[in-house]
Amino acid sequence: MTSLTILLVLVLLLVVFGLLFRLQILTAIFSGSYVRQIGTSNRINAVLMLVFMVVGGAAFFWSFAENFSKMNPPIASIHGHAMEKMFWTTMTVIGIAFVITQALLFVYSYKYQYKEGRRAYFFSHNNKIEVIWTIIPAIVMAALIFAGWKAWTRITGPAPKNAVVVEVMGKQFNWLVRYPGRDMKLGVVNYRLIDASNEFGFDLSDKAAMDDFTASEVHVPKGHPVLIKIRSRDVLHAVYMPHFRVQMYAVPGMPTRFWFTPTTTTDEMRAKLGNPKFNYELACNQICGKGHFAMKLNIVVDEPDDYVAWFAAQNPISKNEDLMASFKQMSKQTGLGKGNSQDAKASAIEEAGEMPATPLAAQSSM
Amino acid sequence: MATNLPVSAQSQGGVGTAPVPHTEHDDHLHDHEHHDQHWLWKYVFSQDHKMIARQFLITGMVWAIIGGMLSSLFRLQLGWPEATLDWLQPVLGKWIEGGKLNPEFYLALVTMHGTIMVFFVLTAGLSGTFSNFLIPLQVGARDMASGFMNMLSYWFFFLSSVIMFCSLFLETGPAAAGWTIYPPLSALPQAIPGSGMGMTMWLVSMVFFIVSQLLGGVNYVTTVINMRTRGMSMSKLPLTIWAFFLTAILGILSFPVLFSAALLLVFDRSFGTSFFLSDIYIAGQALHNQGGSPVLFQHLFWFLGHPEVYIVIMPAMGMVSEILATNARKPIFGYRAMIGSLIGISLLSFVVWAHHMFVTGMNPFLGSVFMFLTLIIAVPSGVKVFNWLATLWRGNIRFTAAMLFAIGFVSLFISGGLTGIILGNATLDIQMHNTYFVVAHFHLVMGSSAFFGLFAGVYHWFPKMFGRMMDEKLGYIHFWLTFIGVYLVFMPMHYVGIAGFPRRYYSWTGFDAFSQFADLNKFISIAAILAFFAQFVFIFNFFYSIFRGRRATENPWNSTTLEWTTPIEPGHGNWPGEIPAVYRWPYDYSKPGSEVDFIPQNVPYSQTPSSNLPYERELSE
Repeated sequence: MTSLTILLVLVLLLVVFGLLFRLQILTAIFSGSYVRQIGTSNRINAVLMLVFMVVGGAAFFWSFAENFSKMNPPIASIHGHAMEKMFWTTMTVIGIAFVITQALLFVYSYKYQYKEGRRAYFFSHNNKIEVIWTIIPAIVMAALIFAGWKAWTRITGPAPKNAVVVEVMGKQFNWLVRYPGRDMKLGVVNYRLIDASNEFGFDLSDKAAMDDFTASEVHVPKGHPVLIKIRSRDVLHAVYMPHFRVQMYAVPGMPTRFWFTPTTTTDEMRAKLGNPKFNYELACNQICGKGHFAMKLNIVVDEPDDYVAWFAAQNPISKNEDLMASFKQMSKQTGLGKGNSQDAKASAIEEAGEMPATPLAAQSSM
Repeated sequence: MATNLPVSAQSQGGVGTAPVPHTEHDDHLHDHEHHDQHWLWKYVFSQDHKMIARQFLITGMVWAIIGGMLSSLFRLQLGWPEATLDWLQPVLGKWIEGGKLNPEFYLALVTMHGTIMVFFVLTAGLSGTFSNFLIPLQVGARDMASGFMNMLSYWFFFLSSVIMFCSLFLETGPAAAGWTIYPPLSALPQAIPGSGMGMTMWLVSMVFFIVSQLLGGVNYVTTVINMRTRGMSMSKLPLTIWAFFLTAILGILSFPVLFSAALLLVFDRSFGTSFFLSDIYIAGQALHNQGGSPVLFQHLFWFLGHPEVYIVIMPAMGMVSEILATNARKPIFGYRAMIGSLIGISLLSFVVWAHHMFVTGMNPFLGSVFMFLTLIIAVPSGVKVFNWLATLWRGNIRFTAAMLFAIGFVSLFISGGLTGIILGNATLDIQMHNTYFVVAHFHLVMGSSAFFGLFAGVYHWFPKMFGRMMDEKLGYIHFWLTFIGVYLVFMPMHYVGIAGFPRRYYSWTGFDAFSQFADLNKFISIAAILAFFAQFVFIFNFFYSIFRGRRATENPWNSTTLEWTTPIEPGHGNWPGEIPAVYRWPYDYSKPGSEVDFIPQNVPYSQTPSSNLPYERELSE
């Protein structure tokens, strides 16, 4: 009943507006002002252009300043700091272009509004100025390209040889984590071996897999390069860690990677932000279905000693009996995981060049 | 106010021409057999480009309302993630469960919003309307090269629309993998229900849509190349035509690649192939597919996807150039540079697609290449902005509703285009990809700028389309509400993006990292919903004016281009007599030495001795 009443009220309001509109037109016709002429409306619009620029510009700068601290997630990686600098430098450059062009647009709109008796200036082209305003932006773009390219090749290039390796596998709707264990080699993984107890699809016939271990959150040592290997089990996901300025898709059938060096431990960041509950978070950033917005994984940055201690305390998957049993069964079912050389070779090709040659010093003492 | 030039004689076929049979085109009075078409052939399956243009326009407007409604729904969710939405149950039925919007349906809403707005409104609704309406009229042709193909182009679009519309009401929901429909999510119904029948219908609809685009595009290109009137050389074409021409070429070359992506996806979905699928374990099952790559789909999709955004913006750019010149009473500054930049943008648009894929796992070397090419495309776009500014400089500006929207277009294009420079830098894209920074960027350039071009075109050419004027005051109100509205929505959205908020998120309440902008999101939602409602001022004005608008004159804007030399409501064949010949370029506004402040294209130099430039004097004999 209420919705019907509201609907009726809306309809009546619309009818009233329609009638007022019609009334306005009729009075304008009778008073003779309906004939299109360039008069008050034109001046009002011209002034509004200027008002919009001033009020809008002020509102924009004010809101930007208000929100500045909220819009910058604290940075916790080496390349992240460099990226921030590049971001704000570029924003400054485009900000200058923004202010100049918008100002000209609105000022010209006001200044050159219709004036009775005035004639526009017939000026069809000027090749010299075209060249100038082509070359200058081109030079600016070239500078931005060069800086961007240099950073890009460094960030996407090979990880340092002593990088700590951790693998993250996205699935609907959470992340699985594994580490390569003391041998620093990730074992072979095959999706056909996956079942409820073997979520990753570990091939336990591969010796390299025996000391791998899984974890419920990612631990990384501060100040050491970290190489994240990224997989997906079903659809596209993406590893997105805003504090580290890291993003890379997780692609089923095509493992990807991203390396970075964390600069601040979780505890240090908690102290810095005055937030004892702070955690570095990994979010999924590629649409993957119903739970896309809920795929959170915590990243803990430890002091190197704490990391080594944590690492030593983890249990390798070979000690997981359910996992072993599941693997044996799936291996029998699929005929895979018999030390199958093709799988191992393929896996080795994947891993080539990515594995650390020298271990994190403390690890080798375990 | 400008006086009427003695040009009307010209458009009637010139002095001394024998009167032609179809001089009058008044349906009610004359009974010529040729004009007594059955309403089915006159209004429904019309082969007249003007009727087809109106069909595209109305269909595009209907889709715009639907697309806007969808966005209002998901902005409700984003602005008030804790709220109970029971009151929407009468409308959304089972998609509201326990007072909450179904998260899968949320993804369907954003998917369909994107699909509808990009393809159905900004491609078909923009190009379909204005290329159809203006090309024959501005080049001086009776109709398109093939009226029949043109009619088919609309009806394939209509068929595509019906299928896409019906998919909204499926039990499993419409397509829900994002408008970019990347597999495997879009290939596997077990990954999300919308990838079942909803995705099938999406693909079928898009196949028909692509057919429609190709039929139209071939027509536009052929008409521009072959059917220009006497004297209309390529360098005397209005910029609108250059824009529509290049847009059509872009479409012809890139839409077939989307078709191929869709076809391969159909094969993966229904015939067990593995073009895009490999190593998948889902819903308790290891799928048989091996060897496919989701990245391949992305390359194929974006090979269309990138030119597509230029297909959206270039017609708007062309129309804005025209409208700015007409209402500033000045030639468009740098006509040749404008053509050159359109060509530059068109060529470059084909080699930048993978800037949508910097962080997808493709070889980083490709990232370097595409970053380089992408930042180059900023240069011709910048040149266009400078030329528009120079057009306003020292003009004598008349603020018609169309002019307001044209100026708004430039402002929004500046805002949106500049943030493209951030996103084109692969290093910065690592942080910005798939965040609301990208959403803000493309909504400024496409969702606002191109839309403003659409509005400007409607207000400007309404008198020629319907023989009446739209109400100016309502036009002003519509402009200011919308202009303020879109800036209120999309400027703050950049902050949300810089903070790293991912797109296509049902809610951000699960993450501490994304908890600081609850109020801002509420603000954005309010502004968006209000801006949507402001569009009904336009809808009312549009339909009211078709029936009760002030009757137009032949050339209400005192413009120089050929479409304004037709009768107030051009009939079949556009000009009752001979088609006018063209002598000059379309921008002789405020020419020194001329008593009137504009000289139409079809006025020979011999008639304007006082304003002829030195080289034009030689042409006047």
